Amino acid sequence: MKKAQMISRRDLLKNTVKGIAGLALPLAAFEIINPRSLFADKDDKSKVRWVFLVDTYKCVGCGLCVKACKIENETPYDANVTRTWVERYVITKDGKFHADSPKGARDGFTSSKIDLGMGKTEDIRKEDIEKAFFVPKLCNQCENPPCVQVCPVGATYQAPDGVVLVDRTWCIGCGYCIMGCPYGVRFFHPKYHTAEKCNFCYHRITKGLKTACVQACPFGARQIGNIKDPADPVTKIIMTERVGILKEEYGTKPQVFYIGLDKEVR
Amino acid sequence: MKNHVLRPLWVIAGMIALVLVVRYFYVPKDFGIHERGYMYGWHREGNIGDWKKVSVKYLGSEYCKDCHPDKYESIMTTPHAIIQCENCHGPATGHPTDPPKLVIDKSRGLCLRCHALLPYPTSGRANIRGFADPESHNPGLECVSCHNPHKPSLEGLK
Repeated sequence: MKKAQMISRRDLLKNTVKGIAGLALPLAAFEIINPRSLFADKDDKSKVRWVFLVDTYKCVGCGLCVKACKIENETPYDANVTRTWVERYVITKDGKFHADSPKGARDGFTSSKIDLGMGKTEDIRKEDIEKAFFVPKLCNQCENPPCVQVCPVGATYQAPDGVVLVDRTWCIGCGYCIMGCPYGVRFFHPKYHTAEKCNFCYHRITKGLKTACVQACPFGARQIGNIKDPADPVTKIIMTERVGILKEEYGTKPQVFYIGLDKEVR
Repeated sequence: MKNHVLRPLWVIAGMIALVLVVRYFYVPKDFGIHERGYMYGWHREGNIGDWKKVSVKYLGSEYCKDCHPDKYESIMTTPHAIIQCENCHGPATGHPTDPPKLVIDKSRGLCLRCHALLPYPTSGRANIRGFADPESHNPGLECVSCHNPHKPSLEGLK
């Protein structure tokens, strides 16, 4: 046997260890989200980790949350940008899927006509509806926020309590974060020309108030809580009931939990 | 080493020094790596305080209760108790000093946010009494010209 083809015992052992290490790495990468790990992380200096809970069964699509958010956070009211919005999903019996969110549902949904954009609408008869529901959307305050990773200047960052904030004095308006967010929650502020996003009404939650959207919702479809507090009603629901998150395959670990998500919701 | 080699090196060294001096004065002292580490916590720490200072506009129905107890208590006995005062009356910040009077949204659109009937079986919307065709019911009139939003049952008709 030629010498070059032989493998020494030392090399065999080395390569075996390397191979096992290599296999174990992707397994760790497959762990997608576990609210319990955040809940249990008591060594963390911060005693607060803000999370959000949306019950899509309770949402009626009135859009009062969007109205309150725009006024509270001084997002120009008539500009077609908003920190939170409500989507309508209508699935008809022929298997077709319709979704819209005219003006982000600032004025609610007052007609059965689906907005197709460019001024066109499509009316769907009551008899054809198989399922239909509303889904409020807002920033997921991800545990691994991709928008923060791509910021080249350190203008957007995660506060110790998990909320992702934007420093308007430091943002250069490059728009990388707007492209980087898989949930499309970021936009340019029409007045400040910097990146803008939902920050769970940081000025309110840090004063012990609820966010403007939570307070404005008459039906309790939106709730905010601290997942590090085991007595928090939101924590209890997230730990003990069936909740879903959006686009978990991206590994961003979003912290907005949904009751009643459906496969059509994106 | 000869001068023609050293000279550009001095220029480069000068440029680096200039960048470092500008950086020293331009970058705020509290800018750096904070609690969430380099990847997520590289920022100006003072900005957290800036966001906390933003003024609160929606004060909640509890703020209205003490000066308007009659309105507060009457609506609390109706199905409209779940609606915050400010959803129709506008944010109360500064009131009653400035503004002394709030602008009430009396538009049909406000009522139709919930009361335009949308028969969506798995949404709470299907359970709200509403109009399948709101355009045919007294078009052009404000809902509040007949209905009392603080007493929405039909006995409350004006």
